[in-house]
Amino acid sequence: MRAIAKQERRATPELEPQRRYKMVTENVNVYYGDVCAVKDLTMKFPEKSVTALIGPSGCGKTTYLRCLNRMHDMTPNARVEGRVLLDDADLYDKSIDPIYHRRKVGMVFQKPNPFPTMSIYDNVVAGVKLNGVRNRAILDEIVEDCLNLAYLWDEVRDILRKPALELSGGQQQRLCIARALAIQPEVLLMDEPASALDPIATQKIEETIQELKKDYCIIIVTHNMQQAVRCSDYTGFMYMGKLIEHGETKQVFERPTDKLTAKYVQGQFG
Amino acid sequence: MPKRWIQRDEKPRRWLLSERIFKYATAAAGAYVLAVILVMALQLGFESAPIWEEEGAEFIFGTDWNSVPGRESYGALPYVLGTLITSALALALGFPLSIGIAMLVMIMPKRLGRPLGYLVDLIEAVPSVVFGLWGLFVFRLYFRDYVEKPLHDTFGDSIYLFGGTPFGLDILTASIILAIMIIPTISSISREVMSAVPQQQKEAAYMLGSTTFEMFRMAIFPYSKAGLLGAAMLGLGRAVGETMAVTMLIGNATGANAMVSSLFDAGQTMPSIIANEFLEASPVGLHTPALIGIGLILLGVGLSINVAAHFLVGRMVKVNEGPVH
Amino acid sequence: MSHENRQQKRAEIRAMFKSNVRRRLWVDKIMVGAVVVCALVAIIPLVWILGTAVYSGLPALSWAFLTEEPGAVGAGLISIGPAIQGTIILIGLSSILGLPVGILGGIYLAEFGGGGWLARQIRFFMDVFIQVPSIVLGIFAFLAVVLILGHFSVWAGGFALSLIMFPIVARATEEAIRMVPWTYREAGAALGLSKMAITLRIVLSQAKKGIITGVLLSVSRVGGETAPLIMTVVGSSVFFEDMDTPMDALPLRIWRFSLQPYDEARIAGWGAAFTLLLIIFAIHLGVRYFFMQEHGGKGLRGVLHLGRKVR
Ligand SMILES: Nc1ncnc2c1ncn2[C@@H]1O[C@H](COP(=O)(O)OP(=O)(O)OP(=O)(O)O)[C@@H](O)[C@H]1O
Ligand SMILES: [Mg+2]
Repeated sequence: MRAIAKQERRATPELEPQRRYKMVTENVNVYYGDVCAVKDLTMKFPEKSVTALIGPSGCGKTTYLRCLNRMHDMTPNARVEGRVLLDDADLYDKSIDPIYHRRKVGMVFQKPNPFPTMSIYDNVVAGVKLNGVRNRAILDEIVEDCLNLAYLWDEVRDILRKPALELSGGQQQRLCIARALAIQPEVLLMDEPASALDPIATQKIEETIQELKKDYCIIIVTHNMQQAVRCSDYTGFMYMGKLIEHGETKQVFERPTDKLTAKYVQGQFG
Repeated sequence: MPKRWIQRDEKPRRWLLSERIFKYATAAAGAYVLAVILVMALQLGFESAPIWEEEGAEFIFGTDWNSVPGRESYGALPYVLGTLITSALALALGFPLSIGIAMLVMIMPKRLGRPLGYLVDLIEAVPSVVFGLWGLFVFRLYFRDYVEKPLHDTFGDSIYLFGGTPFGLDILTASIILAIMIIPTISSISREVMSAVPQQQKEAAYMLGSTTFEMFRMAIFPYSKAGLLGAAMLGLGRAVGETMAVTMLIGNATGANAMVSSLFDAGQTMPSIIANEFLEASPVGLHTPALIGIGLILLGVGLSINVAAHFLVGRMVKVNEGPVH
Repeated sequence: MSHENRQQKRAEIRAMFKSNVRRRLWVDKIMVGAVVVCALVAIIPLVWILGTAVYSGLPALSWAFLTEEPGAVGAGLISIGPAIQGTIILIGLSSILGLPVGILGGIYLAEFGGGGWLARQIRFFMDVFIQVPSIVLGIFAFLAVVLILGHFSVWAGGFALSLIMFPIVARATEEAIRMVPWTYREAGAALGLSKMAITLRIVLSQAKKGIITGVLLSVSRVGGETAPLIMTVVGSSVFFEDMDTPMDALPLRIWRFSLQPYDEARIAGWGAAFTLLLIIFAIHLGVRYFFMQEHGGKGLRGVLHLGRKVR
C-alpha cells in the first residue's frame, strides 16, 4: 500500500512552480462500461511547453488525451470522472457547452480523418468558417500558413480543390494537423502525429512543434522515444491506465525514478 | 465469396448426382426472379399490344379516357402525371420529416432513440388499406375543414393551386397520406446510412468546435449524401407503386378531368385507375389492354426509379470502402 | 516570418474569430427543436391511426363479427369471418408457393453463387423486384393464371402474393446463412458429409432463426396486401368453397367496407382493420423479441428496406 502511495506522490511532481499551467487534470478516471481504462490520473501541463505521453500500447494514452477536449462525450459507453481544468475553468462544468473549450483545444487523431468529400482547402478552413471568418483573402492566408506548418503546402498547392480522399495516408495525416492548427487553438493534442510519416516529414513536423511551442501548450502521444526526447520538455510515462512517472524529459529518460519507467525507456519491456 | 469447397476424392456416385441436382435446383430457384421479370415484362407488353397499336403515342400523351364501346379512346397522360405529381409532393413533404426523425434517433440517447426508431418501423407494417381507411374516415374530414377550406377561402381566387372545390378527396390529401406512408421507409434507410458514417468523422467535426447540427452538416450529410439520395429514391419508388390508400383518397377522376389543375381537385394515378377499373373492364374491346398498358408504364417507371436508387446506395457503400475511415 | 510576427498574426486571426458561439448554440437548439417537431409530426399520424383503430375497431369486435359470414347490409350484423379465413388461406398458399423458391434461392446466393456474375444479377434483380408495385404483380397473376384457367381463383391470389414473398425470403435466407460461421461447414465436411447434407442439416438449422424472421416479416407484408388481390381473388361474401372460385380477404373486405356509405360499414371497416393490425403487429412483435435480438437487430432490416445491407 505504502509503495503505491509513494509512487503516486512521485507521479505528480510540481514542475517548475513559477510556471503557469495551461491544463490541469485532477484525479481523472475513465471507464469504458465497467472497465477502468485511466485510473486516478493527476497531471499538469505548463503553457508554452511540450509534454510527451509515452507508454506501451493499450495503456490508455489515447483515452486520457480524449478527456482533454471532451471527446468521450461521443463514445457511447465511456464515462469520465474527476476534474479537467483549462485556464482554471472546469471542462466538465455542466453549465458550459463543450464547444467553448473545444475551439481552444485542437486535436490530431491517431488515425487520419479528413472529411473525404471536402476539398483539401475546405478541410483546412472547415473550423475557421465555423468561427465566422468568411473573408476569402484571410482564409487563403490561413490555408497557406497552416499547410506550411504541416509541411504539406508544397505537395498540394496546385491541387487545393481536389477532394481530400485522393491524398495518401501520410498526406492525410498532415492535412489533419493543418486542420487542427487552422482553428488557432491554445492547446494542441497530438495522438501519434508522425505514425504515418516518412523521416523527413516527421522532422518537419517536429520543427513545427518546436515553433508552435513558443505559443501553445502541446501534448503529444508517441511511441517513438527519440521523438519524445527530441521535441518534448516534459514526459509522462503511463502504464495500465496509471501515470507512473512524470517529469522533465531529460530526467525521465536519463534518471528515471521508477523501475518500470527505466525498463520502458531502455526498451526492455514486456 | 465463400471459400472453395473442400473437395473429397472418393465421393460415392449417388452423392455426386444428388449433389448436382441440388445445386441446379437452388440455381433455378435463384434464377426464378429473372424469369419472372422477363415473362412479366413480355406478357404485359404482349397483352397491351392492341392499345399501343390503336393509340400509339396518343396512349401516353392523350388525355381522353372513354370506355364506352364504339367511342373508345384511351390516353394515360393524366394518370402518369397524377402519379408523378402525388409522388413528388409526397417526397417533398416526407423527405425532410424522415431525415428529421433519423437525426432525432441519432442524437437521442440510445435508450430513447431505439423505441422511437421502432415506433417508426411499425408505421411501415401498417397495411396501405388501413392508411386509406384512416384517411377516408378521419384525416380527410379534419383536413378539409381546418386546412383546405381556409386556404381555399383565402387564396382560392388568387393562387391557382388552391382553386377547385375542397372536398378532402384530392391530390393534396392523397399526397399527404403517401408522405406519411413513405416516411418510415426513408427514415429507416437514412438512419442506417447516416449511422454508417464512421465515428472518426463525427469526432473530427466536434474537435473543430462544431455544434451537433454543424456536425451533421460537416461530417454526416456530405458523407452519406448518395445514400440519402438513394433512400429518397426508394421512398419515391414506394410512393409511385402505392395503390390502395391513394385509390381511396384521390377522388378518382378520369380522363381530362383527372388532369391536375389544383391541389384541391380530384385526380387519378396509374395504380388507382387500375384498381378502380380492372374488374369492370370488358374482356373484349381495348379497356383491359389499356389498363395493362398502364401497368407496363408503371412497371417501367418503378423499375427505373429503383435501379437508380440501388446504384446510389451502392455508391455510398463504395465511399465507405475508400481509404478514409 | 519571425516568431513575434507569427504570434501577432495568430492573435489577429483569433481576434477575427467571432464570439458567435451563443448564436450557433441557439441555431443548434432551433434545429434540434425542428427535428423534434418533424418527429412529432410524423409520429402523430401513427398514434392517431392506431388510436382510431382501437377506439373505433374494438367495439365492433365480437365472436360473431369474427366468425360469421357478412349478411346483407342493413340486415343487422356485418361479419368478417370469410375474410379472416381467406387471409389465412392466402398466407398459407403463398407460403407454399413462395417459400421453397425463396429459401432455395437464398441458399444459391449464399452457398453456390458467391460473387459470380449470375449471383450478382440475381441479387440485384431480387432487390429491384422487392420494390415492384404490387398491383403490377396482380396484373401479372391475372394474365398468367386467371386468363389461362379462365376464371378468378384462389390460386391466382396465392401466386401473386408468393411473388411478393419469395425475394424477401431469399434475401433474408442469404443473409442468415452468411452469418453461420464457416467452421460449422468445415466440421460437417470433416465428418464426410456431402455439401447438400451440410447445407440442409447443419447450415440451415444454424440459420433457422434468421430465415424464420424473414418468413414472418414477409408473411406480415403479404397479409396486408390488397392491390394484387383485386384482380385475382376478387372478394366474396361467403366462406371458402374451393380453389377455383373467388374468395374474400381481410384487406379486400376493408376496402369494400370503405366504399359503402353506411355507418355500419364504417364501424365494421375499423373492426376489420383492427383485426388485421392485431395479426400483423403480433407477427412483428414476435419477430422483434424472439428473433431479431439474436442478430443484434441488424442485417434483416436492411434486407427488407433496401434489399441490401448498407453497412
Ligand atoms: N471504445 C472503447 N470501448 C471499450 N474499451 C476501449 C475503448 N477504447 C479503448 N478501450 C480500451 O481502453 C484501453 C486503453 O486504450 P487506448 O486506446 O487509450 O490505448 P493507447 O494507450 O492509446 O494505445 P495505443 O498506443 O495502441 O494507441 C485499452 O485496453 C482498450 O482496450
Ligand atoms: Mg492510442
